[in-house]
Amino acid sequence: MKYAILISILLSYLAQAETVFVTLEKDNALAIVDPIAGKLLKTIEIGQRPRGIALSPDYKYLYIATSDDNTVKVFSTNNYQEIAQLPSGEDPETFALNPTGNLLYVSNEDDNLVTVIDVINKKEIAQIKVGVEPEGIAVSPDNQWVISASETTNMIHWIDPKTNKIVENTLVDPRPRAANFTIDSTQLWVTSEIAGTLMILDVNTKQIIKTIRLDIPGVNANKIQPVGVVIDKERRWGYIAIGPANRVAVINAQTLEIEKFLLVGQRVWNLAFSPDQKRLYSTNGRSNDISIIDLENHKVTKSVAVGRFPWGIVAKP
Amino acid sequence: MNILHYLRAMQGIIGRELWRFVRQRERFIAALVRPLVWLFIFAAGFRATLGVAISPPYETYILYEVYITPGLIGMIQLFNGMQSSLSMVYDREMGSMRILMVCPLPRWFLLMSKLIAGVSVSVLQAYVFLAIAWFYEIEAPWEGYLYILPALILSGVMLGALGLLLSSFIKQLENFAGVMNFVIFPMFFMSTALYPLWKMKESSVLLHNLAHYNPFSQAIELIRFSLYGEFNQYAFFYTLIAFVLFMTIAVIGYNPSKGMMMKKGRG
Repeated sequence: MKYAILISILLSYLAQAETVFVTLEKDNALAIVDPIAGKLLKTIEIGQRPRGIALSPDYKYLYIATSDDNTVKVFSTNNYQEIAQLPSGEDPETFALNPTGNLLYVSNEDDNLVTVIDVINKKEIAQIKVGVEPEGIAVSPDNQWVISASETTNMIHWIDPKTNKIVENTLVDPRPRAANFTIDSTQLWVTSEIAGTLMILDVNTKQIIKTIRLDIPGVNANKIQPVGVVIDKERRWGYIAIGPANRVAVINAQTLEIEKFLLVGQRVWNLAFSPDQKRLYSTNGRSNDISIIDLENHKVTKSVAVGRFPWGIVAKP
Repeated sequence: MNILHYLRAMQGIIGRELWRFVRQRERFIAALVRPLVWLFIFAAGFRATLGVAISPPYETYILYEVYITPGLIGMIQLFNGMQSSLSMVYDREMGSMRILMVCPLPRWFLLMSKLIAGVSVSVLQAYVFLAIAWFYEIEAPWEGYLYILPALILSGVMLGALGLLLSSFIKQLENFAGVMNFVIFPMFFMSTALYPLWKMKESSVLLHNLAHYNPFSQAIELIRFSLYGEFNQYAFFYTLIAFVLFMTIAVIGYNPSKGMMMKKGRG
């Protein structure tokens, strides 16, 4: 009986075990955090100016864009050893993996390109010319579309992954920063940094169906600079990081209305769900910490100091 | 004198205070309106000012309303303590104080009963305030609402003892305005009720030190930590010592042969 209790406690602990990885732009390092205990476990040096980060679908590999090394590095999630470097083109910042995890799409901001990399063979297989300063990039969960957001052209480019060609463009609000698809691949959510808006695009028509101004009562309008955007698997809630407004907006993904704003650290940049989607993590660039949000109650439970300029974030079970 | 006499006396004093409280419902409501005005109007203006650094017991960034709530509970208790001291002055003027003081029980016990009577009203007010704040999304962990009770009692008796001490100095009701100016306002504004200590240090180290040694600050910190299920040992002992000190002086002050009343009588 005693053993059974011990085992069940151990199992429930193991079920809860989770690791969060955060790139630290200024420390040239990766912070490894236990989000359940709310503790920074360790920090390891990984390369110059790490920003974009992604996990392979099997959680075995970490991909990290080390911008000043002009490469995307691959690390093992077992021992954090560098396994490979991918030919990402110059100054990689953001990138997206396709659902099967064999192709990586990198935004090359300075060259106005999207580079397509075969992850298995570590080879560049295509370069797609896009608008000026491409930044946000996303692959639809059904693998039908790759989108690239050009910050200066104010456009969403719809790329067909079969041909690696732009099929259509959608004009959006100024300086689109980040974009993400809903799980059913029917909607694309795009944030505009200058207009302070969230735009919801219909994937079939490629048109904006709703624009939401993310005004926060009492906060100066010039601080409303939305960046990271994520939508949960049930498509009940979407979350937007609103940069210097130090808030995460909670959007009802059914009614497309703002539900509330959650106070997090300074210059909140990117967001990531826990694998079970019970928590949301935000990187707060200027206050050098991450905030942990309990999604059952929509409450910020803790902020954990991680290092200088936390940028990208992912969570592994 | 057996325990029954003590209990009957305490019952009489508390009963009178509660009777007064029931009769003067406006007083109860007025005592709640003051912190609510601060919460809904004053704090709203500073909504985004705190969100810069995290200081215990908070584990993340908080809105100003969340920060100010324990301070406003302290405000309820501070005003309640002063109000009961005002009532002591009133009792003295009306003569009912004499009846209380001739009771053949130790003076400290009578004064303590008077304190407990006042605190029970302020604890009730604090819980009503917390309930209203809860609807305003100022939510503490549920155990915090339990842990706060002993903290409220200790801070309440400390501030009540301060009120008793002051009332032993005040000869007439009219002088109470002086208490407002020289005690309540400096004590409230020079505390951690409205702004955290680290924030004060940025502007003035002297102000920071004064606020740190202000017993009202420590009472608020005791309330703040307990509301979040934590025990602040320093604040606890500081408040406890302040209570013992104030109570001792008040008991001496109310001694007709040595106390302040005697001196004032001469004057």
